[in-house]
Amino acid sequence: MNRIDKIISALEEAANHPAKAVKASMKETGKKAVGCFPYYTPDEIIYAAGLLPVGLWGGQTDIKLADKYLQSFCCSIMRINVEQGIKGMYDFLSAVIIPAYCDTLKCICDNWHVAVPQTYLIPMVYPQHRKIASGMAYLIDEYKRVQKELETIAGKKITEKDLEDSIALYEDYRETMRHFTAIVSKYSKTLNAKTRHLIIKAAYFMDKRLYTIKIKELMEELKRLPEEKLDGIKVVVTGILAETDALLDAFVQNRMVFVADDLAHESRQFRTSVRSEGTALERLAYRIADHEGCSLLYDEEKKHGQLLIDLVRENHADGIVICMMKFCNPEEFDYPIYKKEIEAAGIPMLYLEIEQKMDSAEQVRTRIQSFAEMIKLGSSSKSTIG
Amino acid sequence: MDKNISSKQVLNDMISRHYAEALEAKKSGELVAWATSIVPQELLETMDIKVVYPENHAAVLGARKDAPVFLQNAENNGYSNDLCSYARVNIGYANLKESAAGNIPMPDFIFCCNNICNTVIKWYENLARELRIPMILIDTPFNHTFDVPEHSVKYIREQFNHAIGQLEQITGKKFDHDRLKEVMKISTETARLWKKATALAAAQPSPFNGFDLFNYMAVIVCMRGKQEGLDLFKFWAEELQEKIDCGEGPWKDQPEKYRVMWDGIACWPHLADTSKILRKNGINLITSTYPDSWTIVYDSDDLDAMARAYSSNYANRNLAYGTGNIVQIVKDFSLDGIIYHSNRSCKLMDFRQYEVQRQVHEQTGVASVIFDGDQTDPGAFSLAQYETRIQALMEMMEQRRNERLSRR
Ligand code: SF4
Ligand code: SF4
Repeated sequence: MNRIDKIISALEEAANHPAKAVKASMKETGKKAVGCFPYYTPDEIIYAAGLLPVGLWGGQTDIKLADKYLQSFCCSIMRINVEQGIKGMYDFLSAVIIPAYCDTLKCICDNWHVAVPQTYLIPMVYPQHRKIASGMAYLIDEYKRVQKELETIAGKKITEKDLEDSIALYEDYRETMRHFTAIVSKYSKTLNAKTRHLIIKAAYFMDKRLYTIKIKELMEELKRLPEEKLDGIKVVVTGILAETDALLDAFVQNRMVFVADDLAHESRQFRTSVRSEGTALERLAYRIADHEGCSLLYDEEKKHGQLLIDLVRENHADGIVICMMKFCNPEEFDYPIYKKEIEAAGIPMLYLEIEQKMDSAEQVRTRIQSFAEMIKLGSSSKSTIG
Repeated sequence: MDKNISSKQVLNDMISRHYAEALEAKKSGELVAWATSIVPQELLETMDIKVVYPENHAAVLGARKDAPVFLQNAENNGYSNDLCSYARVNIGYANLKESAAGNIPMPDFIFCCNNICNTVIKWYENLARELRIPMILIDTPFNHTFDVPEHSVKYIREQFNHAIGQLEQITGKKFDHDRLKEVMKISTETARLWKKATALAAAQPSPFNGFDLFNYMAVIVCMRGKQEGLDLFKFWAEELQEKIDCGEGPWKDQPEKYRVMWDGIACWPHLADTSKILRKNGINLITSTYPDSWTIVYDSDDLDAMARAYSSNYANRNLAYGTGNIVQIVKDFSLDGIIYHSNRSCKLMDFRQYEVQRQVHEQTGVASVIFDGDQTDPGAFSLAQYETRIQALMEMMEQRRNERLSRR
């Protein structure tokens, strides 16, 4: 195995076996771990406390126990998180943070106390008025409350310097990831849709410092190679996340390259930087205020569609793939608005309804294939597969 | 008020007038707002702005069986059938603008408060964008704690000031803080009378007639800040008290056999069916979580009190509060049973319902069933399932009653 393969396979291994990867990271760093539900948890504060933030974005577990709490029309990612919690799969975490962005997440917080009493819960609320002074002040108060809880878990006080160091590390991580996603089109075979996904996902289960070093190494190695000819279809992908394996395999088989993404699980985590001015917590709050185009954050101007169109233009993409998480209301509400704008811009669009645990990917596979064929034929006028 | 007519007639007149006046106002160039159901209407009333409530309008269209065409329109435009059907009906209506079941004027701006759910933020964002009109949002952070934390109160109060600024800009008028105090006084008094009237349902037999609550709710939603709203609830309370004094129950032709609470919104398109089956079995629906949801009362007349009040409703509070609230209702109203509506539209209400049911049962032993339905989408409801569940409820209530009798 060459160096590139080695790095990639280590990252893939982490992404495919989260519990094992997290436990290894805990051992390697001697840190306790804190679970972070989607979305935008203050990982910088967790890290500053000397704890390991771990992403909890569902998985591949069959749903049985969670049915006691949640009807079948709850999004699969939350049903699976609750299932895994009840099963004790998160018992090795010192706490979980659940931010109440959507109605489902509010309920998950409430159920958690009862369903998973063994895993300590730190609930959080983000302000929807994130841009006005009172919203920022509220968010900073929430951060302070969470900070106290984390200090108790870590058994240490977090200083301003700890926070600034942590923010610097996360800024480096975010910048590195933006570079990484930008080079995908140059190494589209090595970084095919599935590999790209797994590499990005691995970050959730590793120490950010060590992970960022790995990604930098990987990019260094890649840059030594000649660029790979991109002979597939270039797409921008949007949604909460792009999983399962079968779905990703279908993209790879149809040579669809993710030249950019707007996934909550991927680029939405790192496309926005903190501002340079203010205290550490203010800087974190600015990041939420400045973040655009996410269905979870109030935006009466609905910039989501324009953001997608810009991503297509900047990356010379052939189309947009929407991975619509079934039963996800925030994403489902954004769709009709950006759909109109994307159609008006003449950009081909593929709408896929996904669940994290799909019984059969057959339908999805067929639709991906038809979309790929349609793009190859260059018929972009009547081009929505929806 | 004219005592020869009933409060229900007054109610119906008021609601028709509410909609007619709003349409009239729009025609004569006045500003119209659309607002969510537990919005701090005091701010709008102070500015003398005509307000219509899309949730109430969607319920009317649902009850008059005119929802499907709007649901279809929303679906054609890309709205998933999984979304709240009030939102879908309203978004369809905003597009088509015409219903034989009743019209509302289009808004000049929208006013949204997420103390009922975060769904309304997304719904109103889309309206603002599609209609290119301003949006005012009052964000009431979900309360994980039993009470509203102080930093939330502060944040909400400051948003009131922010909203007042937006209102002044939209209307070009100055906000009158003295007038606000008057409106707050009326609103809080209306809410108290609403609570008082709905609490009279506790009498045995109950003077409530089945789905009364759902009818009068329209006024507490639409006219909380108005003298007429206040007068109506006073009148209704008197009427109920008279019935209680005469020992009158819900129906002339049959006694009240069982007393139940309904959790969640009505199934508007199936209102007749759902109520008929209850009545056939002598089951009287006497309360729900609604009386408390609109009991927006403040302990003083400042914005902090108002902020706290608007964040303290059932839907915005934690499970411990929700469960405790129902347990209290079971006791106060001497309930035999609870009917939980697993409402396909409302994730916030649904995804805690199983646990609420378990905890309420543990604490009270009250009989209960859950049925599947939807507030305005007729498709999610099955009459056969509903009947079976009510049958099961009957058996449970009967059994509990027998057990209690044999213990005496
Ligand atoms: S945002 Fe969507 S996917 Fe995420 S928890 Fe809420 S409903 Fe589920
Ligand atoms: S029914 Fe539920 S989701 Fe719909 S507007 Fe009401 S509270 Fe929100």
